[in-house]
Amino acid sequence: MNHLLRGHAPISDIGWQTLDGEARERAGAALGARKLIDFSGPHGWTYSATNLGRSGPLSSAPGDGVSGRQRRVLPLVELRADFELSREELRDADRGADDVDLEALDTAAHQIARAENVAVFHGWDEAIVGISESSPYEQLSLGDAADKYPRQVAGAVEQLLCSGISGPYGLALGREQYRRVVETAEHGGYPLFDHLRKILEGPIVWAPGVRGAVVLSQRGGDFVFESGQDLSIGYQSHDADVVRLYLEESFSFHVATPEAAVALTP
Amino acid sequence: MGFDQYHEPPGELPSETRTFARLCASLTEEAEAIGWYEQRIAVETDPEAVSVMRDALGEEFKHFSMDLEFLLRRTPAWREVAQGILFQSGDIVEHGEEAESEAFEGGTGPGGAFADGSLGIGSLRGVSR
Repeated sequence: MNHLLRGHAPISDIGWQTLDGEARERAGAALGARKLIDFSGPHGWTYSATNLGRSGPLSSAPGDGVSGRQRRVLPLVELRADFELSREELRDADRGADDVDLEALDTAAHQIARAENVAVFHGWDEAIVGISESSPYEQLSLGDAADKYPRQVAGAVEQLLCSGISGPYGLALGREQYRRVVETAEHGGYPLFDHLRKILEGPIVWAPGVRGAVVLSQRGGDFVFESGQDLSIGYQSHDADVVRLYLEESFSFHVATPEAAVALTP
Repeated sequence: MGFDQYHEPPGELPSETRTFARLCASLTEEAEAIGWYEQRIAVETDPEAVSVMRDALGEEFKHFSMDLEFLLRRTPAWREVAQGILFQSGDIVEHGEEAESEAFEGGTGPGGAFADGSLGIGSLRGVSR
């Protein structure tokens, strides 16, 4: 048994299969960042830092005639979302119920996926510098009118081309912006989604937590997500009525090429 | 010009899947080359020719290993199975059965969907929307 302590939970094999499948489906739909950036790992729960290939000076040395430097690394962060489930509902799952109430798990899966998106695209104080905050370009407003989106996205693509950043390009959209894109047809009934796809030559992704939109190169090597323990369900405790579980992951993220993305504010 | 590594229309395949198929084809070719060099070396009587082919064989070992590592990095479930089999002493078949069980049947128990207990989501590049 590993650190997740799943073997201590009063959950049957069928129960675990149900929970893992539900979490995978719910989190997978909302993990927009992972659809657009490089993913390395998983390297395991004991993996604690990403090598940055950099070092800094040390003011002292442990002996005469020598000098020293200290390596700089990027520590991994841990994200965790706690939830609890009714044991009666889990017993119904064992009986074959196909409408088990897993709302608390669904909420936790969405929350942790959203938090991952926020950390990647907008950063996490003292821990992660996000894509939009590292981008050197002036942040333009996407605005409320969806029919103006092609102009702004095309402008962002042209900005990247001017900096020598090749495509294809991907587009991460916040919830409101994504809804506008999929519901809008331009003059002549041409879907806005398809128009944007032609401009980008790459994917358009629903990314809850993104504020506005981010256009980023898909050539690879510019944005690196390093996974320690990938998203997992662990066991906390239980009583006669409920079992307390959590979703958890560890990761680092760093931007190798700040010029490879343009943020568009709401 | 043929595109034999694809079994589905290439235009319908995500770019990640096309890359994966190319590396699978490359892996196959490297394994074939290793087999051919072993046969040639076995029958060659000229020591100098054998030396040249042994050097070439080493290149194929390298290429095969690089292809394999690339594919394993992109396929967490495959990597899980491989970790239970590669570089282990003992019964290969036994390790294979255990590794497969841990990687694919763990989802039915507390061991989790993958050997590390995770959901095995990994990279989602190539997954639209």
